[in-house]
Amino acid sequence: MRARADTPQPAAARPRVNRGDRAWGLILSALGGAVLIIAGGIILSLVRVARPVFAEVGLEDFLTGQDWDPLSDVFGALPFIYGTVVTSVLAILIALPVALGMTLFLAEMGPKWLRQPVAFAVETLASIPSVVYGLWALFVLVPWLRQTVQPFLGDHLGFLPLFSGPPLGLGYLAAALVLAVMILPTIASVTGEVLKTAPVAVKEGALALGATRWEAIRMAVLPHSRPGIFGATLLGLGRALGETMAVTMVIGNSPTISASLFAPGYTLPSVIANEFAEAAGDRHTGALAALALVLFGITLLLNSVARLIMQRGQRKLQGRAA
Amino acid sequence: MNAATMHTDKIEANDLSVFFRQAQVLKRVALKVPEKKVMAVIGPSGCGKSTFLRALNRMHDLVPGARVEGRILLDGENINDPRVDAVALRRRVGMVFQRPNPFPSMSIFDNVAAGLKLNRVKGNHAEVVERCLRQAALWDEVKDRLGHSPLSLSGGQQQRLCIARALAVEPEVLLMDEPASALDPIATARIEELIHELKARYTIVIVTHNMQQAARVSDQTAFFYMGELIEVGATEQIFTNPREKRTEDYVTGKFG
Repeated sequence: MRARADTPQPAAARPRVNRGDRAWGLILSALGGAVLIIAGGIILSLVRVARPVFAEVGLEDFLTGQDWDPLSDVFGALPFIYGTVVTSVLAILIALPVALGMTLFLAEMGPKWLRQPVAFAVETLASIPSVVYGLWALFVLVPWLRQTVQPFLGDHLGFLPLFSGPPLGLGYLAAALVLAVMILPTIASVTGEVLKTAPVAVKEGALALGATRWEAIRMAVLPHSRPGIFGATLLGLGRALGETMAVTMVIGNSPTISASLFAPGYTLPSVIANEFAEAAGDRHTGALAALALVLFGITLLLNSVARLIMQRGQRKLQGRAA
Repeated sequence: MNAATMHTDKIEANDLSVFFRQAQVLKRVALKVPEKKVMAVIGPSGCGKSTFLRALNRMHDLVPGARVEGRILLDGENINDPRVDAVALRRRVGMVFQRPNPFPSMSIFDNVAAGLKLNRVKGNHAEVVERCLRQAALWDEVKDRLGHSPLSLSGGQQQRLCIARALAVEPEVLLMDEPASALDPIATARIEELIHELKARYTIVIVTHNMQQAARVSDQTAFFYMGELIEVGATEQIFTNPREKRTEDYVTGKFG
């Protein structure tokens, strides 16, 4: 009754909306809009800081330049872009099969009592701070790589450029491995949830046709889960691209491009973290802001491509209704 | 198998019990299903009729906590013997489920051909697919869009697609778990017609809680109640002259 009294407009001119609903609507719109405003503001301010560098070096030269020497005002971002992409993609290549195998085993084959402890372990992995991962990698992973893994790979696969060069420990491989461990829980937990939603009826349909367990998974569970697994992978990739601390501790921090995974490299977040404090002058600061924009651009690009692929997959799954 | 042991019973369940953890949901059932006949299994919800059906192709193997005791002879061979490969068994004993469950990521054609691929059958899949779709009375409706998603079909069409899919592996027995319960009356009628045609070639066990349907499609009817087989006999006898009081009460609608 109050609502009726408080509605000023005549019902014909405007559909009557409950007052509480309208207040809610306004609050939610404001909160939703705030996300856009904050994101936009960050980008705008970064662009403002980075503009002198872009103006001077030029966007293309900045993206393709291979030298980074702040003292001489030489700013080329390619080694960082390369390092970021190589370590992240390698991390996905390592983490995805492990996560997929683990969650498939738990969801479809493993004993039920094992699920809870493993899920807990995965969650624990996700909650370890990245500096702790970095410390572990520096003291355990890197020496192991240097003394055992890299000499072995070099002896047997050294003819490949990927595994050539001196075993330093610190470098792309170390960074990729620690990233793989860090993104494993992200991929595994999302994938696990997705697999749980796979329709039992379709799986039973496959089994009733005489499919083995694996064939039923392939025919019924995986097609249903593919977009979700893809999304989980992208979440992991996003985390890997932006991961700063652990990578900075083990990648070797050398602004060079090497084909060998044993070589030290550098990533976009690492160089920002290492140099922001000592960045003297507008140009160095501007160059770091520009790197931040590049990182943002890579993430944005990946997300857009991913969305496109997922939408296409969904359409295919929903069928071309005649 | 020599002539003396030849029998016309395709399936013979003996002392069959099924447990889910502590609960016994099927109690020492003994039932014979004659070859190339339709056996309807009726009874109120929770009476164990679906449980019985799913024991016949060992679907309980995959359910944690489920345990099957007793023997089920298929052509005289005990399928509950641990040496029997459940995967091979399910190729002989096909199943159609309560809700249509086509593979959504495959085309209509690939759905029917799925079983052939699983069996690594060489040769002309297109021919088999057409034959099975014709048998399932679906060919005319889908022949121009075999490449489409099965989700573009109606529920009744999807169910007939699932029947075609089951037929493609040439099973000896077809288990149907309330195959028409999610369908409208017209689609239901088509499925029932189909069952009539299929029984010339297959032994069919159909679970239904629609008694008219059981009366229409089956040669024999088994009445289950509270996990027990109460009575089995010719369908006409079960519906007109049941021996057991509980059967009579159920088929006359006194409970259910």
